[in-house]
Formats: sequence, structure tokens, C-alpha cells
Amino acid sequence: MSASLEKGINALKEQVDSSVASFFSSCVHCGMCAEACLFYTETGEPDRTPITKTEPLRRIWFTEYTLIGRLMKMFGLAKTVDEQLLADWETLVYDNCTLCGRCSMVCPVGNDITEMIRRTREGMAVAGHAPDGLIGATRRAVTIGSPMGVKVPALMAQISHIEKDSGIKIPVDVEGADYMLLLSSMEIMNFPEFIESIGKIFAKAGASWTISTDAFEATNSGIQIGVSDIAAELVQRIVDAAEKLKVKTVISPECGHAYMAIRWDGPNLIGKPFDFKVRHILEVLDEFRKEGRLKLTGKETRKLTYHDPCQIARRGGVIEEPRNLINLFADNFVEMPDNGKMNWCCGAGGGVSSIERADDGRLNVFKRKKAQLDAIHVDGIVSACSNCRIHIEDGLEEYHMDIPVFSLTETIAEHLEEN
Amino acid sequence: MSEIEFLSWVRGPGFQIATIIFVAGIIIRLGEILLLGRKTNLAEAKGSEMRSGMRTIASRMLPPDMETFKRSTFTITAGYIFHIGLFVTIFLFAPHILLIRDIIGFGWPSLPTQIVDAIAVVSIIALLAILVHRMTDKVLRHLSGPQDYIVWFVTIAPLLTGYLAFHRLVGSPVTMLALHILSVELLMVLFPFTKLMHTFTLFLARWYNGAISGYRGVES
Repeated sequence: MSASLEKGINALKEQVDSSVASFFSSCVHCGMCAEACLFYTETGEPDRTPITKTEPLRRIWFTEYTLIGRLMKMFGLAKTVDEQLLADWETLVYDNCTLCGRCSMVCPVGNDITEMIRRTREGMAVAGHAPDGLIGATRRAVTIGSPMGVKVPALMAQISHIEKDSGIKIPVDVEGADYMLLLSSMEIMNFPEFIESIGKIFAKAGASWTISTDAFEATNSGIQIGVSDIAAELVQRIVDAAEKLKVKTVISPECGHAYMAIRWDGPNLIGKPFDFKVRHILEVLDEFRKEGRLKLTGKETRKLTYHDPCQIARRGGVIEEPRNLINLFADNFVEMPDNGKMNWCCGAGGGVSSIERADDGRLNVFKRKKAQLDAIHVDGIVSACSNCRIHIEDGLEEYHMDIPVFSLTETIAEHLEEN
Repeated sequence: MSEIEFLSWVRGPGFQIATIIFVAGIIIRLGEILLLGRKTNLAEAKGSEMRSGMRTIASRMLPPDMETFKRSTFTITAGYIFHIGLFVTIFLFAPHILLIRDIIGFGWPSLPTQIVDAIAVVSIIALLAILVHRMTDKVLRHLSGPQDYIVWFVTIAPLLTGYLAFHRLVGSPVTMLALHILSVELLMVLFPFTKLMHTFTLFLARWYNGAISGYRGVES
């Protein structure tokens, strides 16, 4: 056995706990998870069935953690994990799963299949069977501090542009601020309007906030590729920065997995609870709304809908907040069929957008989102994840659909009451 | 061995062996799952693990959302029919309740025999349809291995033999009754070591699913 395979197997062993064992013990091979997965519904390929993606982890559970499996392994009767299996499973586990969590919602025996696939990635990555695109992004995140290679000077340049153009002060490294804003590289480079919007909204709301130059990157490639050590290191940087600046709340920006990484996985990765709160930007804005600190003007008469980013809604718990906020400015809001916790993924989450060879696949599965949109004929889509936004724009272009996609935070900033 | 000897063996030693394997097997399986343990979640909770876990145990018993139902209509409908059918035939059939009263000392009211009989027929038809579905649907073919067919067989066998024995349709009634009891013993022996275990472990799986989701404030 090669050293990397052994590491992979050990990593898989570490992933087996009582929840995983309950899940594998309960699967009856009913196939319902396939129908919940856009990588199956849009391709009709049976190997995309969510539960089959967990096969490497299943074999480890069976041969190491069940009496009958151990006996069968002893007599050479059980299937074990080898290089070939991991090589064969790489595209299933990474290119054909966005960790969207829809399968976990329909499984009749209650298996959290998404969590099982996420854990399978831990073994795949360590054994060297992760896609190049994700490896590159992860390496850049560790060495440079951003998966897209954005360094502090680039951030500062964007900030000074914003300050010059808008006349708004963007606070950097302010000790004692109430909120510390994290950003995804995508927002810094492609959607700097997001930073400007935060500046406007927080100024109006009278909230003190800051960006830390020690840790401004919200995304966490370690989560996507499935290497907990790296994920923990990236989380620790944020924790250190938040403690150094003594902020009360860290804000996760409009990015799905970033929220999962810092809000739900973060304390578990570093092994201790945070001394500060973590909130998604939509949760913070909804708080402002409740406190009457968010005053908007002018209603949108265009027909709008909201795309729930999987990690923020179904996997994250932020479902009501965006709707409360949209109601502040939308007169004609419609839900997609299957919204909220049952929304369909855009097709590019969970690291899929970083995998070049998966480009055709993600555009193909966008047909699911297209079908949802075709059912409601809207003039605009509001969402709260830059990755969803970029991919939805790609998909709309691919299928010749002319619908603009907006950031919820930015749209709120546009509707702020003037003095 | 005469058919009377056969019947007394399956009623006596055979049943004892099967019961020991069944009970010990289930304890071992549940033990090897629960002893693995699970780390405490250190993130600030948005909802209660316990409440959501219990809620999901119940909610996954109910039909799912319309979209899911439309996409898996056969699986869900046939699944309900044969699970309810198994429950009724096992626990609400008068002779079974008599046997249970013998073993544990108390029983409960039964359903009229004609009703149980009809339900048994419907369950057998549902299980046959499920087999055809498993052998023809591309996802199920991809997922299925020998165990799925063995488990199907040991599930339908007690229903079929019970039906034949009760109606004295084929062969000697004594042999048929002995075969019926033997088929149940086969089911009991395989139970802890196959996916039949989901009968018990689904309560754990659903609880964990609900707990994971509910901790983050989402009802699953």
C-alpha cells in the first residue's frame, strides 16, 4: 500500500462516528436520493446517485467498524479501498456533487448523505485524489491568503477606488469595532460594489465595522477540498484577527460555503468555541431591520425572485431573513417552485466552480435552475452568494435567458433612504 | 424427519436459536454504532438538537414534499403499502397475537382475519412490484447487490408461506406452517447483519439528521 493511500484510509477511518455508522446501517438502496440530486436528474446517469458517491467511506465503515465486515475482510470476502477505487470516485465526489444537501432532506431513513460525501472527501484529498483546480485554490489560500491569489495591496487598491468614487470611508483594522467583515476574493475583484454597499448601509445604521488586513478572506478551500487541517488553519487566521481587533461579531459575506466554514464548522475545526459571534450578512441586515435601523425607499415593481444558496439556506439556516429584507423593497416578489430549504442548487457550489473539467457538467445541470425559472417568468433574480451569482449568470447566458442577477445586500444599499 | 418433528423443531430449538441470534445480533449492531460516539458541536446553536432530532424521526415517517413525491411516486407508495402491510400481518393477526401472548404474557386486540388476509395479498403484490422495479429501474439496478435480493426474498417468504398455510392451498398444512415458521426464523437470523437493521437504526439516523440540521435552525 502506498503512503498516500494509507493516509487516505486513515483519514476515512477518522470520519466514522456514530452518525455515519447509523447512516450506513440504515440505507435500504431505495434510490430516492438520485431524484433529489440535480447531477442525476439532469443527466440520467445512475452512478451520480448521491449514496453511491460515499462508497469509499462505506467500505471503511463496513470493514473496520462492523463485526461482520471485519470477519469478511479477514477471509478476503469484503471489498476494500484501493487506489483504483479512489481514482474512479474522484469525479463523482468532487465534479458531480456540490454538497447542496438536497439528498439529505429526502432520504426516508434520514441519512445525511451530504455530510457523508463531505467526509468521503477527507480521505480522497489526503490520498491525492482531489481535482487540480481545488488543489491550486487551496494552495493559494494557504500561501497567499486567498484562493484567487488576492493579496492585501489588491484589497487596499479596491478600497481606495471605492472611497474615491463614493466618498464613503471603508474602515480598515479598526480596533474595537462591533463588526468585522469578511469578503470573498470574488467580491473584492468582481463585485467591489458589495464593499461599498456595506459602507453605505452600516453608516446609515450607525454601526461600527472594519475589515482586517490580517484576515479578510472568507472563503475556505480546505472545506471544499476536504482537508480539515487546512480548513482549521484558515479559520484560525480569522479567529486571531477577530480577537486582535476585539470585535463582537464577525460577518460572513455573500458566499455560501464561507458561511458554513466559519459559522458551523469553524469552532469544531479549531476545537474550541469562539469568543465572538458569527453572523451572515443577511442576518445582520435583518437585525438592523428589526431594530428600525434599515430605512429603505422606493419599491421595485419588477417581478423578482430569490435564489437560496444551499449553504446559507438548507445547510445554514438563513431562510426567513432574505425574505424579510426583500419585502422591504419588492412589490412583486415570487417564489420559485421548491424554494427555501428545498431549493435546487445552481450547480457550481461545493468547489465545483473551481474544477475546470467540470465546466460543461455544471452548465448542463443548470437546466434544473432553468426549469425553476421558466415556471415563474421573472424580471430579476436576487441572491446572496457571489459564486451562485457568477454561475447563474453563466448559465443564463448559456441558455440565452436575459434575466439580471442581483446581490441582495447591494440592492438594499441602492434603496437606502437619502438624508 | 416427519412433518410433525419438523414442526416441533422449528417451534422449539429452531425458534430459540433464531431468537438468540436476532436479539444478540441487534445488541451487537446497536452497540458497535453507539460506542463510536460523536463529538459535541462547538458552534453556537441556532436550534435544539434533541427537539429537531425527535421531530425528524416523526417527519420522515410522513409523505415528503410534492416535488419529491412526484419524482418517487412508486417507491413511496409501494413502500408505504408493504411496510404497513407487514406491520398489520405481523402484529394484528389473531394467531400471531396469541403467540406473542404466550411469549411475553400479554397481547392486544386483533383485526378481523378477512382484513388481515386482504392486506397480506396487497403486500405480496406490492413486494412483487418492488422486485420488478428494482430489476428494471436504472438507479436501482446500479445500487442493488445480492443482499438486496436476499433481503427481498426473506421478507416476502413469511408472507407467502403464511398465506399458503392459512388457506391450506399447497401441500400439507403442517409442513406449510413449519415452512412459514422457518421462513420467519431465516428473516430473524439475517436481520441484524443486513439492511433489515434499518428497522432500528433509522431512528438513530433520523435523529442525527434532524439534530445536525436543527442545530443550524433548519427543520429537516
